[in-house]
Amino acid sequence: MRLELLEYYLLHYEDLPRCAQASLEWLARHAGVRRSICLAMDGDAGLLVGVAGVGVSADDLEEYSAPLSHTHDPLVRALTAPAPTTLRSGRDNGLARHPGFGSASVLAVPLRGDRHDDGDAVGLLLVKAGTPVTGSVNWLATVLGQKLDQIRGRGSLTEELRKLRRERALFFTIINSVTDPIMLTDTEGRLIVANSRAEKLFAATEEESEGRRRAVELNNMLFSAALSRTVVEAPSEARELLLVDPSDGSDLLFEVLSTTVEDPREGTGIVSVLRNITDLRRATEQIEENYQRLRVAESAVRAERDRLNLIIDSVADPIIVTDQSGATVLMNDPSEELFTVAAEAPSTAQRTVQSNDAHFSSFISGLLLGESGPGEIRRGEIGLMNPLSGEPIPVEAIAGKVLTETGELTAVVTILHDRREALERTRLYEQLRVASDELQMRVQSATAELATQNELLRRQAIELEQASRLKSQFLANMSHEFRTPLNAILGYTHMLLQGVAGDLPANIRRQLTRIDSNGRHLLTIINEILDITRIEAGKMPMQVSEFNLNELVPEVMTELDPVISRSKLTVTSRLCADAPVMISDRQKVKQVIVNLLSNALKFTHQGGIEIGVDFDASSRIATITVTDTGIGIAPEHHDKIFEDFRQVDDSPSRQYGGTGLGLAICRRLASALGGRITLQSRLGEGSTFTLTIPAEAPQ
Amino acid sequence: MTTEHGPLILVVDDYQDAREMYAEYLQYSGFRVAEAKNGNEAVAQARSLKPDLILMDLSLPGMDGWEATRVLKADEETRHIPIVALTGHALAGASEGARKAGCDSFVTKPCLPDDLVVEVRRMLNAVKQG
Repeated sequence: MRLELLEYYLLHYEDLPRCAQASLEWLARHAGVRRSICLAMDGDAGLLVGVAGVGVSADDLEEYSAPLSHTHDPLVRALTAPAPTTLRSGRDNGLARHPGFGSASVLAVPLRGDRHDDGDAVGLLLVKAGTPVTGSVNWLATVLGQKLDQIRGRGSLTEELRKLRRERALFFTIINSVTDPIMLTDTEGRLIVANSRAEKLFAATEEESEGRRRAVELNNMLFSAALSRTVVEAPSEARELLLVDPSDGSDLLFEVLSTTVEDPREGTGIVSVLRNITDLRRATEQIEENYQRLRVAESAVRAERDRLNLIIDSVADPIIVTDQSGATVLMNDPSEELFTVAAEAPSTAQRTVQSNDAHFSSFISGLLLGESGPGEIRRGEIGLMNPLSGEPIPVEAIAGKVLTETGELTAVVTILHDRREALERTRLYEQLRVASDELQMRVQSATAELATQNELLRRQAIELEQASRLKSQFLANMSHEFRTPLNAILGYTHMLLQGVAGDLPANIRRQLTRIDSNGRHLLTIINEILDITRIEAGKMPMQVSEFNLNELVPEVMTELDPVISRSKLTVTSRLCADAPVMISDRQKVKQVIVNLLSNALKFTHQGGIEIGVDFDASSRIATITVTDTGIGIAPEHHDKIFEDFRQVDDSPSRQYGGTGLGLAICRRLASALGGRITLQSRLGEGSTFTLTIPAEAPQ
Repeated sequence: MTTEHGPLILVVDDYQDAREMYAEYLQYSGFRVAEAKNGNEAVAQARSLKPDLILMDLSLPGMDGWEATRVLKADEETRHIPIVALTGHALAGASEGARKAGCDSFVTKPCLPDDLVVEVRRMLNAVKQG
């Protein structure tokens, strides 16, 4: 190994800095001394200067420059010391520190040449204090000292050094100014020269953190691997290399361009330029992602637009969307029929389309220019025409603004609603209204006429009522006037029959009896007419009292006993065990029963008569039935007999007497009592008259 | 058959046939009878004769029967004389009007002389017992 150094570097290199540099690098490789500086004496300039360094920067190296005249300078002193000297930090060397070594103490090993036996060294090898001064170090110090001495003897070190330093400084300035890491490595990837960017990735000192060193180690491995592939596979092609950022551990992606260089002295090396494409890649990915997103959004928009178009086209009313300048952006099919026309269409159609367009434009211009409130809707009527048929189409236009989130007008949507149907409806409605008005007028006039008629009828009714009242009054008066003479006739006849004028011959008595009976008959007629008159004149008011039918019926029978006895008929009564206390007009009820029983007696020649009393508790209706075995009444005469002055036989020669007013009075009385009289009878099979009245008479 | 000692009945009626008929039958039945043909006569007769009973037709010319009755019933001298009203008006309310005027009884015409005598006797008995 030592031979290697001697052979390749010390023998071949003739300039001092290179030789020193190679030595130090050898020391780093083989003795593990990762940081070292070589100082050499420049006799002409009288300076001790740094000529080479490993693990230190060029700037640091330049800091080492001590005039030899400064014999108190620790470095100068170390030069003359017989053995290696330890220089403590800060104090011993006059400098604030040992550049390149930080605050650590430095071991200065004198380098001595063969020619100077006086013992003065020609240079110093600075290593970190505490570095074991192994055989390798001592050996190198000896070899390097001799080599430096040889070279020094051949020419001016200072001149050469200055030139070299300038070149070197320039070189580092250049490569450091490149923002991409640049480095020269051997074929195994070991660093020979690197700019500061590369050093950050691939070099770490002992002092640096564990993580950082590990990252650097990893980067070196990755780079070596990449480099070997490059050399083997495709020497001049760019490759991507993923490294770790030692400062924060993040991934860094580089594009590596490596070129193999051949140097006759240094052998084969590889220059690599690493271009950081991490951001580029990220940006690319971002762009890719955005592009995908855009594609998706675009397809969604397209689908949305298709759907919107479908909807808009399916609307029967024309829809037009215009932008803020009034230019048409979108229109549906019905719209197109109004606002577009084929180029080959007749000129009239072209003009109509232009006219339609002008109408529409003037309509929305108000909305575009005018006062713009959000959500403002403009309505208006536009007279359009069908371009093909020339038929006028009145439309109602409803336009609304479409605003952006910031409230800027982006579009106006207008819907045109064909008003022909509405107008037609309005026209029909108007017709209907006219017809309705006419009808109403007719109804009103008819109603007025009806009211007139009603008024007329009302007056007639009043007149009739007056006439009826006059008739009743007349009859009442008449009956009174009848009675006065009748009173005298009956009175004198009676007196004569009573024998006031003495005994009468039988024939005269018989004749007087005729006068008497006819007079009585006449009185009955007059009384009955008076009854009807009184009822009709309302002069027979209800006299309500409590009574019992089970007592009233025998009373009637007793009253008519003379007639019953004369008739030789069996008259029986069938009373009711639960007959109620009637609250009604006793006199009127009695009059009806008397009348019905009198009739039964009159029209029955053999057999019997039964008066029955019944009561229905649930409806509180009482019934009095008078059933005879008399001549009966044919059904066709059932209604007739209840009429005034009517008997079944109305002829002057009729068999049965009576006024024919009895049932008519009964009917009126029953009605006044809140009830009615019904008849069940057939000719020759007797009759049953039924009086039906409520237990409580209506008030 | 006129009786000198029978009760005196004043028959008031403007209709001569009826008045005389009742007067004749009352005399036949044993009463003494005086006659008047209107209200004024009736009041004058009643005051001068002080009859035992007055048969008063209500419909009379001049002062009518109701008025005459009121006058007689208002007079200390005549108020004790029972008055039987006679009327051809069978309408409801006629009897009520008569009672209000002060009549003691009410008979509806036509009324047979016999029936009238029955009523007269009944009233006289009632007075006697009262």
